[in-house]
Amino acid sequence: MSTQPSPRTARRSAVLVAALAALLGLALAACGGSGSSDQAQQDPPKTLTVSAAASLTEVYQGLAQQFQAANPGVTVKFNFGGSDQLAQQVVQGAPADVLATASTKTMQTAVQAGKIQGEPVVYATNKLQIAVAPNNPKQVAQLADLTKPGVTSVVCAPAVPCGAAAVAAEKAANVTLKPVSEEQDVKGVLTRVETGNADGGLVYVTDVKSAAGKVTGVDFPQASAQGVTQSYPIGVVTGSADPQLAQSWVSFVTGPQGKAALQQAGFTTK
Amino acid sequence: MSGVPRVLWVPAALAWLLVAVPVAGLIVRVDLSNFFGLVTSPAALAALWLSLKTGLATMVCCLVLGGPLAIVLARSHLPGLPFIRSVVLLPLVLPPVVGGLTLLFLLGRTGPVGGFLYDRFDITVPFSTTAVVLAQTFVAMPFLVVSLEGSLRTAGERYEAVAATLGASPVTTLWRVTVPVVLPGLLSGSVLAFARALGEFGATITFAGSLQGTTRTLPLLIYLQSQDDIDGAVAMSLVLVVIAIVVIVVSRTRDLR
Repeated sequence: MSTQPSPRTARRSAVLVAALAALLGLALAACGGSGSSDQAQQDPPKTLTVSAAASLTEVYQGLAQQFQAANPGVTVKFNFGGSDQLAQQVVQGAPADVLATASTKTMQTAVQAGKIQGEPVVYATNKLQIAVAPNNPKQVAQLADLTKPGVTSVVCAPAVPCGAAAVAAEKAANVTLKPVSEEQDVKGVLTRVETGNADGGLVYVTDVKSAAGKVTGVDFPQASAQGVTQSYPIGVVTGSADPQLAQSWVSFVTGPQGKAALQQAGFTTK
Repeated sequence: MSGVPRVLWVPAALAWLLVAVPVAGLIVRVDLSNFFGLVTSPAALAALWLSLKTGLATMVCCLVLGGPLAIVLARSHLPGLPFIRSVVLLPLVLPPVVGGLTLLFLLGRTGPVGGFLYDRFDITVPFSTTAVVLAQTFVAMPFLVVSLEGSLRTAGERYEAVAATLGASPVTTLWRVTVPVVLPGLLSGSVLAFARALGEFGATITFAGSLQGTTRTLPLLIYLQSQDDIDGAVAMSLVLVVIAIVVIVVSRTRDLR
């Protein structure tokens, strides 16, 4: 082929380029378009973005209904996930108005990066329970029972908050568990017990409640020890588009309606 | 060069950059001063060793099981061959997590097969290194089957037919004619299966769980570390990138010959 393309080839190339560009544009629009287009028609389009720990999913979704009813025109959008990841996202500049984590340590990451306005508020605590199959067939009554032969246990990996709590509980009870798996998050532990692949797993009281009868929760005294209970802090993110609205969500969650919903889910409120 | 229309250069460059830039970004992000310490921590070494061990075991499983399957697919005239082939290819398009779930429901303690094994022989399949190999074989097998079946079809059946007319038995023909002819395809297929096993994450974590030294392979360790030790995760990622590059170079040089 010569280096100088014929007019016909050039025209054909131009069509090809246009087609490729259109295709690429279409693909990009499909990837990123969902959020922006449907806000336009609402008159005061206020959206509150809340990054919240996965363990808050049910409570927060319920509270959002009430919040939206009390504040017409406001839409609450959630980004649920692991506390570490959420804190990292906020530090990296992900758009969020409120950050609610499942540990003070993860909240501290965001505070130290200057991403939280003022002091975060600790408004609830959660504690561990041993999740076992319904009716507790292996008769697990305390943490040490999980080390009995023939009893398989699952915990969270020590790197994540529920795993750190499990390690602290083991220390307080002077028991060393030999888990068959260390899961990435607490729902993973719950699933292992729910599906019958593990006999016992350390999860939060709230997880046992949300499993609605698929597992039974066994209390153990060390769950209330210092460093074992889990604190839930909440704070307004610096650079929030609407700090006032963000603050009213914080007040709502820490207020009477929030407390009622949290308690119903198994949290202890302050 | 002369045969490539110029319009293709821009998307081609974009495609290359889409892969190359993030990998380069990873290399830039590596904390070099602590790199050695990070990749030789007990957790890292355990994961690396487990990944290599299970990767090799997976490769052997794929060869022993997938090799014969590829020959059957390429040479036999079974009815319903297209259906059999589509089932084999399923793991290529299924999300690995789905693969892990299907294995869990079959071989978990409450599954039909796993329940039997547990009740009768006290064998628990999930949470074991065997489970890791099973999960990896599930996702990696199609790579070997596809590669080998392709080689078999390209090679054709002429030599085999000649061997048969000269009185060679089917087994002799297989070992003395078919296998030598498709050896390059067999090797690159094995390397591909090994590489896919090394990168396997979803099926492993769903079916086998995550425990240091038993089931926590490199990708699982990287995901776990990405939660609280980004530097460690990045360092281990680089190790995996280097292994992947070595694997690609090895399998590609084979192809070029």
